[in-house]
Amino acid sequence: MGEQASRRRFLECMGWAGTGLVWTVSGGITNAALLGAAEAAPKGKAAKAIVTPFTFVQVSDSHIGFAKDPNPDARATFREAVARIKAMPQKPAFILHTGDVSQLSKPQEFDDADQILKEAGVEVFHVPGEHDMLDEGQGRAFLDRYGRGTFGDGWRSFDHNGVHFVGLVNVKDLKAGGMGHLGAAQLDWLKKDLSGLSASTPIVVYTHIPLWTIYADWGWGTDDSSQALGLMKRFGSVTVLNGHIHQIIQKTEGNITFQTARSTAFPQPGPGQGPAPGPLKVPAGQLRDVLGIRTLSVAPGAHPLAFADSALA
Amino acid sequence: MSYTYLRGALAAAAFTLALNAATSAPAAEAARVTIGNFTFGPAALTVKPGTTVTWLNGDDIPHTVVADDKKTFRSKVLDSGDTFSFTFTAPGTYPYFCSIHPHMTGKVIVKAS
Repeated sequence: MGEQASRRRFLECMGWAGTGLVWTVSGGITNAALLGAAEAAPKGKAAKAIVTPFTFVQVSDSHIGFAKDPNPDARATFREAVARIKAMPQKPAFILHTGDVSQLSKPQEFDDADQILKEAGVEVFHVPGEHDMLDEGQGRAFLDRYGRGTFGDGWRSFDHNGVHFVGLVNVKDLKAGGMGHLGAAQLDWLKKDLSGLSASTPIVVYTHIPLWTIYADWGWGTDDSSQALGLMKRFGSVTVLNGHIHQIIQKTEGNITFQTARSTAFPQPGPGQGPAPGPLKVPAGQLRDVLGIRTLSVAPGAHPLAFADSALA
Repeated sequence: MSYTYLRGALAAAAFTLALNAATSAPAAEAARVTIGNFTFGPAALTVKPGTTVTWLNGDDIPHTVVADDKKTFRSKVLDSGDTFSFTFTAPGTYPYFCSIHPHMTGKVIVKAS
């Protein structure tokens, strides 16, 4: 059965190759490379999807306001992270912040985060984490600040140099005993958003809580993510970026690569390693080894996305 | 003279009422739930009607205490060391969770002994 599936998969890949997509397998990970996407794409929105090179940066879980063991000053480490971005030889096109900007959703925390991020001098796109939903309006403050151009509770999409970016919100109206949640309204919007795209368009999804279940006992997953991922199966290259768990874990499932990112504030234990997912206490001298940022480079003719995670140390 | 009498009678009646209240009404009960390691302890708490339950966040990360129906009670965010109290008057079972970490659940069972 596995052989049959592999053969079918191979034939599908060959089909893709015939329409402008070449598959390579490297280290057990299937990669898609775009070749002349514009020619292969159907008419309409997708016909414009010509991938041209650029870089962007993911930062996550800055938790501005956190001041406990192992990090007495999350502002300082976030400032160091932004200094890394500012010093990049090639200015990134933009920054994706994958949530938990603040520790307690206080205006001062958001203000400080914005002030620090401003130093990078590039546009920033935000999705909220659960720590950004703690104001009286349960996320209203975040939306008022970062929600321009978004829909619903703050989800959005945009295109850059032939890549389609989708920011999803999975921390709103969480249910007892559950995990992250996208909800019917957002899933409907996602279906419409993706429907006009050619399958050769590289997709980058960014959200806070992982879209694959890493550890359900700690809520490290999203209840209704299978519906979202089902809408993306037809695409040759899908990359899902998230934060929330403060460590790098990668998984590839079909054409979808999942990448969780480090925090700039504090690490958390590995899935199930310890009694709870609270801040992992590390010696002060080792803190910056486990905090960091991620740079992603997009280039046609190779794997659309190249990852580089760099620690603050 | 009649006024003095009346005042005296009222004072005596008030004293009697106060005495009765002190001797016959049940003393207000209190109970505590401590949050630690992302769990409510105890996860199931049984109390008498009229009991005030206080949750204490003993974790180094913020939590909330929210009734499953999101209406009966809902705390603000509780940072480390913060508390939230709610008085349960009616018998019943009240499931609740942390809206930040929804895998954290607990319940308060209110019943007359």
